[in-house]
Amino acid sequence: MTTPIIRFQDVTKRFGALTVLDDFNFDVRQGEKVTLIGPSGSGKSTVLRILMTLEPFQEGNLELAGLSYHEPQGRGEFKASEKHLHRIRSNVGMVFQSFNLFPHMSVLRNIVEAPVAVLKMKRDEAEGRAVELLRMVGLLDKKDHYPSQLSGGQQQRVAIARALAMRPRVLLFDEPTSALDPQLVGEVLGVIRGLAHEHDLTMLLVTHEMRFAREVSDRVCFFDKGRIVEQGEPERFFSNPEQPRTREFLSSVLNG
Amino acid sequence: MTWSQYLVPLLKGAQITVMISLASIVLGAIIAFVAGIARTSANPVISGIAFTYVVLFRGTPLLVQLFWFYYALPLVGVSFDPITTGIMVLSLLTGAFGAEVVRGALLAVPPQQHEAARALNFSKSYTLWHISMPQAIIEMMPAFGNLAVQNLKDTALVSLISIADLTFQAQSLRNITLDSATVYTLTLLGYFIIALCLMVIMRLIEMKLRRGAAFPRSAHS
Repeated sequence: MTTPIIRFQDVTKRFGALTVLDDFNFDVRQGEKVTLIGPSGSGKSTVLRILMTLEPFQEGNLELAGLSYHEPQGRGEFKASEKHLHRIRSNVGMVFQSFNLFPHMSVLRNIVEAPVAVLKMKRDEAEGRAVELLRMVGLLDKKDHYPSQLSGGQQQRVAIARALAMRPRVLLFDEPTSALDPQLVGEVLGVIRGLAHEHDLTMLLVTHEMRFAREVSDRVCFFDKGRIVEQGEPERFFSNPEQPRTREFLSSVLNG
Repeated sequence: MTWSQYLVPLLKGAQITVMISLASIVLGAIIAFVAGIARTSANPVISGIAFTYVVLFRGTPLLVQLFWFYYALPLVGVSFDPITTGIMVLSLLTGAFGAEVVRGALLAVPPQQHEAARALNFSKSYTLWHISMPQAIIEMMPAFGNLAVQNLKDTALVSLISIADLTFQAQSLRNITLDSATVYTLTLLGYFIIALCLMVIMRLIEMKLRRGAAFPRSAHS
């Protein structure tokens, strides 16, 4: 068996007195599409935020593409140098619930900025790729618009293109459709569905869209109180959940 | 002496006032950015120094600051001519208030913008100058406009360290002519006209920034 691209080993994450992840263990192999579901506050978004180095964790070990998040001599809350965190982040991209596009940049510049400034790509080349990505998400005609001129669904599709422009090996989606009007959810899910066919791209998706989770993921993980209570292949998971807590949650979201 | 003859000395004074005000606004703005950014630094030494400077200058009267730099500092062997002292002290005062404006506007940039920048692997300085600052600077402009006018009005105090500014000339004229009403009315009018010009200039800069960083704020497609 090949080593997983993501490996959480006994990771504990606390916010003050509150323990959000408790001796957390979780492996993801390269190319796997994993959906994280569960009640709010169960720690699923925290898993993504830790992977993106937006949050430090206190105990345990986390590796991504062979890089350990904590350095032996690492200082500060992240127990790692900025340079090391930079190296880790070069493998990961993230799509946020609230899109977080840069409001003072055009759609095209939102996508081009990081490849030029961080990857030192030539501007022409970066723009060429940005145009390709915009075509893929169906927004090429909006390339000179500003984020405030776009609908939420369009903004999120730009945000996905922006994350992809950095060629991440792991792409994290933190409730990408939760801030959208219901009629705009479909267009964003359509783009994510397209990405699910990318063989090498590892995807972690936090969502409340159960039908979508069932359709695109290789594995569904149910979180409760900082642990994975149950996980499995989606057909089995949704049709025949084993744990009572999972059944309770699924019936509340599917019928609520 | 008629009121039109008052204009010669008053205009001469106004020139000095405008020069001191413009110089200390520009210098003050530079100091404001340096100190305001330093205030947001994670390094406690840097933010501590900036904090001390801001508190000292905001917490003491301008007149005493002027006297201190003009009369007390020479006692330890450091002395400047009155104009330099005036510009320096006004710059430091405007810079201290401006630093709080810069800091406030930087802190008002939503934390999600920083998270997005981090997720795209931008360095901290790149994030400051290309993500935070362009959004923050537009928010700073109205407050900077107020500070500029405040700075102009504060320049009146430099007459007390023997600078022949508008207020100084007004005092001299009144001492000679005893025509308080006319002299001070003209003086008020003079400050008001300069203030109006300043407001227009600041507004133009703000509009230029808005256009340069043009991002329509209304949400429509």
